[in-house]
Amino acid sequence: MARMTMVQALRSAMDVMLERDPNVVIYGQDVGYFGGVFRCTEGLQAKYGRSRVFDAPISEGGIVGSAIGMAAYGLRPVVEVQFADYFYPASDQIVSEAARLRYRSAGDFSAPITIRMPCGGGIYGGQTHSQSPEALFTHVCGLRTVMPSNPYDAKGLLIASIENDDPVIFLEPKRLYNGPFDGHYDRPLVPWSQHALGEVPEGHYTVPLDTAKVFSSGTDLTVLTYGTMVFVCEAAAAESGVRAEILDLRSIWPLDLPAIVASVKKTGRCVVVHEATRTSGFGAELVALVQEHCFYHLEAPIERVTGWDTPYPHALEWAYFPGPARVAAAFRRAMEA
Amino acid sequence: MDSPQPLRLYVPEPTGRPGHETDFSYLHLSPAGAVRRPAIDAAPVDTADLAFTLVRVLDEDGRALGPWAPPPDVPLLQRGLRAMMKTRAFDAKMLIAQRQKKISFYIQCLGEEAIAVAHAFAIQPGDMCFPTYRQQGLLLAREDIPMAELICQLMSNGRDPMRGRQLPVMYSYKRAGFFSISGNLATQFIQAVGWAMASAIQGDTKIASAWIGDGATAESDFHTALTFAHVYRAPVILNVVNNQWAISTFQAIAGGEATTFAARGVGCGIASLRVDGNDFLAVLAASRWAAERARSNLGPTLIEWITYRAGAHSTSDDPSRYRPADDWQHFPLGDPIARLKQHLQGLGAWSDEEHRRTQAQLEAEVAAALKEAERYGGTLIDGHVPSLESMFEDVYKDMPPHLHEQLRQARTAQDRH
Repeated sequence: MARMTMVQALRSAMDVMLERDPNVVIYGQDVGYFGGVFRCTEGLQAKYGRSRVFDAPISEGGIVGSAIGMAAYGLRPVVEVQFADYFYPASDQIVSEAARLRYRSAGDFSAPITIRMPCGGGIYGGQTHSQSPEALFTHVCGLRTVMPSNPYDAKGLLIASIENDDPVIFLEPKRLYNGPFDGHYDRPLVPWSQHALGEVPEGHYTVPLDTAKVFSSGTDLTVLTYGTMVFVCEAAAAESGVRAEILDLRSIWPLDLPAIVASVKKTGRCVVVHEATRTSGFGAELVALVQEHCFYHLEAPIERVTGWDTPYPHALEWAYFPGPARVAAAFRRAMEA
Repeated sequence: MDSPQPLRLYVPEPTGRPGHETDFSYLHLSPAGAVRRPAIDAAPVDTADLAFTLVRVLDEDGRALGPWAPPPDVPLLQRGLRAMMKTRAFDAKMLIAQRQKKISFYIQCLGEEAIAVAHAFAIQPGDMCFPTYRQQGLLLAREDIPMAELICQLMSNGRDPMRGRQLPVMYSYKRAGFFSISGNLATQFIQAVGWAMASAIQGDTKIASAWIGDGATAESDFHTALTFAHVYRAPVILNVVNNQWAISTFQAIAGGEATTFAARGVGCGIASLRVDGNDFLAVLAASRWAAERARSNLGPTLIEWITYRAGAHSTSDDPSRYRPADDWQHFPLGDPIARLKQHLQGLGAWSDEEHRRTQAQLEAEVAAALKEAERYGGTLIDGHVPSLESMFEDVYKDMPPHLHEQLRQARTAQDRH
């Protein structure tokens, strides 16, 4: 075991896979020589050479489109889009091509690619460095959408994603790169080196896709969340005194439905929390699934705490970000209903 | 100072509309044999003149002229003529099958047969083409793709390799180096570059061949493909089939006025050629040049093939509403089949009688293939559709629980029905 930040854990996952599988290649903007603007690929080009890890032109459509071609050849590309906010130019390649290649060719071709995208807010990133576009991917049949919340899961999920034969959108909450964040922006950052989830094995291991993790068990209500919000919900539970069972979904879609249903049937209450905007966000799908599968066990309306239906603002960051106070209020509402 | 004149938006128009003859002088043709053939290691910048002239081999009398004339190979040219005739016979029969409602939709490549067929003869097994929906010649030039299987795809029947998931014509043949066709234009152009990069990453010797039409060059993936191909010197042939029309829009509205699509290649640092697409020998020679260049690790080549979309865009299109009905008769580069036939006759290697016999033989072959395909299940109208499971399979490698559940629901709904 070693102590790693999420950045180091992600780098370790790519290092492990570059070593194990000669078909793994890594590229994206600033990913090669410089090692990535977040340092996630630092040292990999020096270790594996420019034909395995390299810099790409600023062209998200080109990066994803070429990766699909490489996958059709037989490689296993792991490409980076510098910020999730900039995936839009690659939408056609992701939705029309990567997601459907296996289906439309009846398995003649497939696209086992992993697209890494730093996502999420809480960093004064403003409109184009803070978005959480997961719902734009979960709506696309043929894609897998994954988001880790800590270094151990980040490495294990990234290795599992690279090894998976389906295209995976791998969303990395950049707010969690260096340490957990519970929404208390006025308190000093606790680094991963002082957190139990900063313990990461050096070698190969996986965290299976499609499995949620009970982040903290409880009996009062079930919280369905992922990414940065896992820690916000943990703080909200402590501050509200509500014994919340927090499920870190990890795989957003396809997801671990049995884990969700088991927990909600046990607690009878459910709160869904995500940073992304509310309307038609992934929370709507979670609410619908819980309603469908747990209706007779519900003792209160399902609550949703999300970003507002506005573009992500700069100055009003903390009025936008669903912090522990807003989440705790929802917990209390759910308990009083 | 005079007051400025009001600005005016310029919107390009074709010279020919229904009832008016097209003025084809905009094509800027070169005489056969007149354009130089550079060494395969030519620097991209040194191909600038070739992007504004036209590589042609066959002259008006069907003689092969100039530096691009390929080494004489009569059997290959006979096979080429036969493959072009086969492609045209196949298209003609499928057009009728669509009108008879045996298939729901079809796209022919009338007039463009030389480009895909001759190109297929210039590349090697293991190379991968990333075609559009108008390169069926790449498949029909081969002897190992059963025509009946293609028709099964067109019919979405029980033997459809695509399991009824794709519109007719959207074939996929990995074993024949023919990438899965997508309805989304231009997406395959950058994918071809990625495939070529992968071949280079692995130290392989295979090359990729990318295909796009004149209209689709306006899509952003055209630009990304040229940029990536140039940056990484990818072993790829970037084929732009300029058939003058994108459904109803003339190539000028795609950005073709007063310039060429080949010139885009030079602008991006890619060796580029502009070639007579209805000249089988020129297509063969230019494709070989580009393939050798790619295989020798000398980088990508862009080729603009000048041709004319002689038929309707698709079975859903009526070109008489936007262009002259007899436009193809006036197109100065003629008919690729007639031109190769004339050349072979000049060599004493083909006759009218042989042509008639081959035509009859091919028509019989297509008719037999259609009959065979019909045996594997009829048409959509007959209710011969693939199994319900096939709708849910292959979305992912393994069917996830939510699709298992939806399959169960679909079965229940069908049973109740």
